Order: sequence, then C-alpha cells, then structure tokens
Amino acid sequence: MSTKLNILVPVKRVIDFALKPRINKAGTGIEKTGVKFSINPFCDIAVEEAVRIKEAHKSLVNKIHVVSIGPTKAQDVLRQSLAKGADSSTHIDSGEQEVEPLNVAKILKQVAEKNESNLIILGKQSIDDDSNNTGQMLAGLLNWPQATNAAKVEIKDDEVYVTREIDGGEETVKSKLPLIITTDLRLNEPRFASLPNMMKAKKKPLEKLKLKDFDVDLSARLEVLKVEEPAAREAGIKVGSVDELVAKLKDLKAI
Amino acid sequence: MFSVTRSQFVRSLAAKRFGSTLAFVEANGSEISSASLSALNAAKQLGNPVVAVLLGSGSKSAASQLNKVEGLSKILVSEDSQFDHQLPEYIAPAISQLISNNDYSHFVTSATAVGKNVLPRVGALLDVQPVNDIIKVEDPTTFKRPIYAGNAIVTVKSNDAKILLSTRSTAFEAVPLTASESYPVEEFTPTLEKLPVEWVSENLVKSERPELTSAKIVVSGGRGLKSKENFDKYIFPLADALHAGVGATRAAVDAGYVDNSLQVGQTGKVVAPDLYIAVGISGAIQHLAGMKDSKTIVAINKDEEAPIFNVADLGLVGDLFEVVPELTEKVKA
Repeated sequence: MSTKLNILVPVKRVIDFALKPRINKAGTGIEKTGVKFSINPFCDIAVEEAVRIKEAHKSLVNKIHVVSIGPTKAQDVLRQSLAKGADSSTHIDSGEQEVEPLNVAKILKQVAEKNESNLIILGKQSIDDDSNNTGQMLAGLLNWPQATNAAKVEIKDDEVYVTREIDGGEETVKSKLPLIITTDLRLNEPRFASLPNMMKAKKKPLEKLKLKDFDVDLSARLEVLKVEEPAAREAGIKVGSVDELVAKLKDLKAI
Repeated sequence: MFSVTRSQFVRSLAAKRFGSTLAFVEANGSEISSASLSALNAAKQLGNPVVAVLLGSGSKSAASQLNKVEGLSKILVSEDSQFDHQLPEYIAPAISQLISNNDYSHFVTSATAVGKNVLPRVGALLDVQPVNDIIKVEDPTTFKRPIYAGNAIVTVKSNDAKILLSTRSTAFEAVPLTASESYPVEEFTPTLEKLPVEWVSENLVKSERPELTSAKIVVSGGRGLKSKENFDKYIFPLADALHAGVGATRAAVDAGYVDNSLQVGQTGKVVAPDLYIAVGISGAIQHLAGMKDSKTIVAINKDEEAPIFNVADLGLVGDLFEVVPELTEKVKA
C-alpha cells in the first residue's frame, strides 16, 4: 500500500455491558445516574484493531485518531483509547443530548475530512441503542466502500481484505482505500491499558469541540414516545428428573 | 390563508396514507428467504400497497415464487450481476433511486446481515434515520423496537418524510405461500457507480439440520460443555433426535466448540422457536437477548443459581453429561 494510512476510530461511552439497565420512573428512558459506564465493547475492538494495524505496518500508518461524541465524561474513553495506542483525539461535547446515528455519521464525516482519514474503523453496533447504523451511514455519506461485521482484516499490497461474518457463515471482500470497517466481536481481544500508558495518554492531544461547531441539524427524526419493560415471563418450575421433564414437554405438546 | 394551509395539510396526510411500501426480498437461488417472508408480513401491516423488489441474476425466477404471496401489487427486478454478492455499495443506491423516483412512503427489509448492511446506507443516501429491528407496527409512523439487548422496548414515532424499516423476523409470522397470483414483473435499471470493492469468496456452514432462525426447536450449548468433542457428542445427537436447530453462546463459540454463525444473542442470531433447550448455559443478558421470546424454555444446568432458571419454564438442575444422553434416549423412544 503506497498511500499512508490515516485511521479514524469513533468510540462511544455506554452503560457497562455487564449491567442490566433500569428504566426510569417516567418511562422515557434508561436511568443513568450512579451507573457504571464504559467504552462500547465493539469500539474497544475497533481501537485494538487500529493499534494492531499500526504495530504490524509501522511505516504505513501515519496516525490513529479517536473521536467521541458524548458528555464530558466521554473523554475517559478517549484517554483509554490513547493509552492503548491511539495518537490523538477529538471530544465533541453533546451534554445530555442523544444524537441519532444519522447525525453522528454527519458529524463524523466532517471529522474524517478534517483529519484526511482514509480508513475508518467503528464498532458494528453500540450496545445501548443496538442500531447497527453509524458505519454504514458514514460510508454512504462519504460514498466509500464498507466492510461490516469484520472478523479478520488483512492488508495486502494496495488492498484491504476483510472477512465478514454473515448469516450462513463468512465471506471475504477486498477493497482499495478509502474504506470503512465495522468490527464484530471475534476480530480481536482488546488489550488492557497499563498504568504508565495511562499516564502518557494524558499528554496526548485531546481536541475539545461542541455540537454547535458542526453544521448539522440535530432535531430528532425519531421521537421516543415511551420506554417500557419487555413482557415478563411467568415463573417456571424445576423438575426433578429427565422423565418428569419429558412428561411435561409432552403435556405442553412441545415435543 | 388558513384554508390553504389546511388543505395542504390534509393533502399531505392523504399522500402519506395512500403511499405505497417497497419491500426488499432476499432469495437463495429461486427460494425466497423466510426472513423476507416475515418482512412482507410487516410490510402488509402498514396498510399500503406493497411492491416487492428483488436484485441480482436469477431474481426473475425468484420473483415467480412471490405469486404464492397474497396481496402484493407488483414486483420489480433488476438482474444486473453487480448485485449477485449483495454488496451494499450497489444495492443501497439502487434502492434509494427507486424510493426517490417513486411515491413510496415506506421501505421495509428484514434485519438480516444483508438488511443491516444495506438499510443504514440507504438512510444516509436519502437523509432518513431508519427504524431498526422493529418488533411491532403500532401505526404507519409508530413502531416498537428493543434496545439495551432487549432489556427495554422503545416506542418511536418517525418524523421523516419517507420511513425506512428493518424487521426482526421472529416478531412477524411469515406470509403464507398459498396464493396463486400473477403479479406484473417490471425490470428497472439503476445507475450504479463502480466502487473499488470486490467480493472474493465465501465459506458457508453446511448442515442437514434446520436453519437456526427458523427452526421450531433449538438446542443450544454453552461453556458447560467444556470442549468441542463434548459439544459434538452431547448437543448434536439431542438436536437430531428432536429435529432441532443447533445454537450456542458466545463463550462456546469463542472457545471454538462451534462455528460463530450459530451464536444466539444480542450480537448473534435472534431466535424464538416453540422450544429452546439451553444446556450448560448460565444465561448472561447478552444471550437472553437472543432467545427469551421462545415459547417454552428448558434449562439444564448444574448450578441452581444460574440466571437462566429465571427465564426457564422448565428447569432441571443436574450434570448435563448424565442428563442429556438420558434425555436424548427418551425423546427418541
């Protein structure tokens, strides 16, 4: 690959994956006070992949830039990403406002253009909204190819080969730059940021911007009318033996 | 002044009400995918005429299968071979051109790997925020969808002029294939710009068993199986005895017990069979997200505190290495 890589990795701060979210009393959203937040697991995999590409192709990668749109605390996930090996970062403060994927993609397009990015690696979905939209939208806005649900990324000559997880198994596509990749869980195992690297990350560049620095109409296209619990399942029973299990299943006409 | 504004308002309402729905149909050869048959059901629930679109070589022969579906208005096909590997770089502009050039008020696709790959790109091209993975149509602009791994259900109203939807196939029954219609088939030729991306190869998992997402019974294994050999020895025979599809947790997939296309959960497949048998599965929220709408859930686990027992209709606390072979023998009998 003769072109130098300018990698952009958008990351999102979400409620920690291990927590069961609670719906707020008003039924308008999820309770966020006093709850542990972390980097979205798929974004962590995206950062890791960018760092691995840099480690494997030192002369090829110009820089890895991470960006996050979120409240002030989203800077924590940027610092973590810097500690893992990203070079520079941008935080776009959105306060408490939720930004829909289409608008996230529009903002990211401007960030990508400013950073002259030619490879953008994102998580395949955020585990809060579960939309699985942003990477594909960004690719559409930029008119770049997209390789979503990546399980393997290889750079050969001037092309990037991506093995994608699809419904019946996997498929491989190849593309020249510029390219958007979204990560599946099996792409890699993210490293932990060491304490010395966390200290060093504090000195790495963190540009601070606000939503109004971008020319994007942020009015919600999708209006949230309510948020509710899924239907609860009725309490089940414990059976004492396989015979009892088979009998119950036959009663239920399940087998 | 007021009356003009009002008549414009009424007209725009009427236009919305009498729009039509474009539904993307996936086919394997000439066979329509079951997920697309579910999406067609959701499309019909919107109450507008439904136009189906199929893309790629052989789409004309697949289109004839749609004559077995009741209540469509016409079928659009483009047999351009650029669509053959379902590359979103070509499907998305083709779909967005159809939507821009016609009066479709809605576009519906199933939330399959292909649908998820294509729909947001269409959204970006049309400047529309899609509503993803819907489980219910409340009215033509209001939908329910799960968020936070299915731990909450959000009702959203779309304010976009065109509405783009993907449907969770387990939440909508497939339309029956019992009609004998003869729909007009129209060819169309989208303008496609070549992008520097190419399909290279695929590696599909071949199996005689029912396909996971449409199986009536699913037997799933987790970390408790301890090895690939045990998975093969305990899970597959039970599945075969029940003519069931086989699923797995992320832990089982990561440990290499089975291929990752069998993963059930938030980031894998979502299933809702009549019977789901969870073997050696603790029941993490990410796994529950993919199976908790199953009609009957059976859990076999030696840890009686395992969270899977909170959602199981029938729970058996015991060693799976003893219980599963016994169960396999007894369901065969």
